[in-house]
Amino acid sequence: MVLLGISVLVFVLLHAISSSPGRAVLGVQASAASVAAFNHAHGYDRPLPLQYLSYLGSLLHGDLGYSYKLNQPVTALLGENAGRSAFLSAVSLVLSVVIAVPLGILQAVKRNTVIDNSLTGLAFVLYSIPAFFLGLVLIEFFSLRLNLLPSEASQATTVLGVVADPVSMILPVVTLTAVSVAAFSRYMRSSALDNLAQDYIRVARAKGLTERQVLSRHLLRNSCLPIITLVGLSLPALLAGNLIVETVFNFPGLGLLFFNSLQKEDYPVLMAYSLIVGVLTVLGNLVADVALAFTDPRIRLH
Amino acid sequence: MSITAGVEPPGTPPTLTAAPEGGPVHVSIPIWRLALRSFVENRLAVAGVVILVFFVLFSFVGPLLYHTNQVDTDIANTFLPPQPGNPLGTESHGFDVLGRLMKGGQSSLEIAFLSAVIATVIGTLYGALAGLAGGLLDAAMMRLVDVLLAIPFLFIVLIIATRFNASVLSLSLLLGAFSWLVPARLVRGEVLSLRSRDFVSAARVMGAGRWRLISRHLIPNALGVVVVNITFQVADALLAVSALGFLGFGLNYPQVSWGDMLSNGISYLLSGYWWLIYPVGLCLVLVVMASNFIGDALRDAVDVRLRRR
Repeated sequence: MVLLGISVLVFVLLHAISSSPGRAVLGVQASAASVAAFNHAHGYDRPLPLQYLSYLGSLLHGDLGYSYKLNQPVTALLGENAGRSAFLSAVSLVLSVVIAVPLGILQAVKRNTVIDNSLTGLAFVLYSIPAFFLGLVLIEFFSLRLNLLPSEASQATTVLGVVADPVSMILPVVTLTAVSVAAFSRYMRSSALDNLAQDYIRVARAKGLTERQVLSRHLLRNSCLPIITLVGLSLPALLAGNLIVETVFNFPGLGLLFFNSLQKEDYPVLMAYSLIVGVLTVLGNLVADVALAFTDPRIRLH
Repeated sequence: MSITAGVEPPGTPPTLTAAPEGGPVHVSIPIWRLALRSFVENRLAVAGVVILVFFVLFSFVGPLLYHTNQVDTDIANTFLPPQPGNPLGTESHGFDVLGRLMKGGQSSLEIAFLSAVIATVIGTLYGALAGLAGGLLDAAMMRLVDVLLAIPFLFIVLIIATRFNASVLSLSLLLGAFSWLVPARLVRGEVLSLRSRDFVSAARVMGAGRWRLISRHLIPNALGVVVVNITFQVADALLAVSALGFLGFGLNYPQVSWGDMLSNGISYLLSGYWWLIYPVGLCLVLVVMASNFIGDALRDAVDVRLRRR
């Protein structure tokens, strides 16, 4: 239902913004007649609902449209870049969860101490820095001043090529991870604080478990539950962050493709990517719901 | 999920009192006094207010005291490092950076506040209407919100921005038009819990129309959540404007925002002109942080109402 809504929204947006693809393809100097002929030949002069139905039909066949600017099917274009973007996003998502979860627990256990307050302060700063600014500061410091790390991400054409060149991916991954860690650890801290006050923690302590056991067996599992939902919800932000980070570090993924398409006003590509992101978001939320039901037997999907 | 420590939430839950028909309905006064006290006790929040007030004064009153020419380029004096005449140096067109910070601050703050207000107004009305209507209309309205939320805000705004001639007003409208989703959800949630209360039934029995119910009874009572959300909207809008500026969809000459300045300074990153990047970056981060501080503290301050749900 929501998926259908996303396709309608993307379609309407596409038509509101570029209603005459013929004009865009043939250029401003083309005669009105040839523009009309192009639009007619490709069916862009039919009533909107009909156009939507054929758009939906081709979507279901995996056809996302055609980029007249690059003279390639959009599906092929996106497919070329998807692997690298997925790699960048996945690595930074995993890293941010792996860092944020222990950090949040540490802060909750040591609440209101110097450690907690300074980590909270750091999270606040990271949370308030625009991602591109953070990326540039990192480039300035590590690439230009210290000359330690390359300022450009890997330009390899395959995912394996990117994996083979981990040093060049350090800065992009750190940039993308830092912002998510700030958000995740804030949630993790408050979730762990809520759970620390629960009776079962007191029971666990009372029955003589070591503090380490209490934290890793009881607190960790329970306070991770909100993070599962949060990871699902954070997909749009992660992909928007991808757009910025890939632009800053010139990493040829979907975000950079989106940016280049913006410059060229290549609307079919822009719309196709927005559609995919929308679908991914919905799927992400669904997966998060299912995963939550799996991990927490108190929740039942009906 | 409060992050600021050491705030004791005010004691007893507040009582909601319905004023006589015709008079304004408001939460009884003690809650606000308690909220204010809890807000003032929060040092981060006070720091946030101080920072925000400072930057508003800096941007809007500053140019009256510190005169610079921000319209005519001065190509003889580009990239001057900080020196007595130009405390923060000059940039690629010879504009004084300190003066430009003030000018950029004006448009950045204007866009942030204006778009936050636009988003809040749309979201509040939309959420209140959906919550009050209930049933099919509510479901349809909320599915629209789900759909819009699924696609990242930045993507839609960027796509539309390719067709816009960016100005303070057009950017505010654009950002406002696509960031009302969260306030709409919050207000709907509030309204859903409020509408079954006795004072709403009483108003309805007295013959209040839908518009009157929304404007006089529901929105005033849902105001706490809305006010808290505005501050986060301001922070988000500031980040969004700077991202737009960075990606090349910022304001056009002679207008400038902090994001545009940052994006301009970045072109000269290799040349080591640090004064083009760090001062403006610092301003941006400080203001965003201040809004987040204020938002967190306000949320803690009205927490009693939030916790009661």
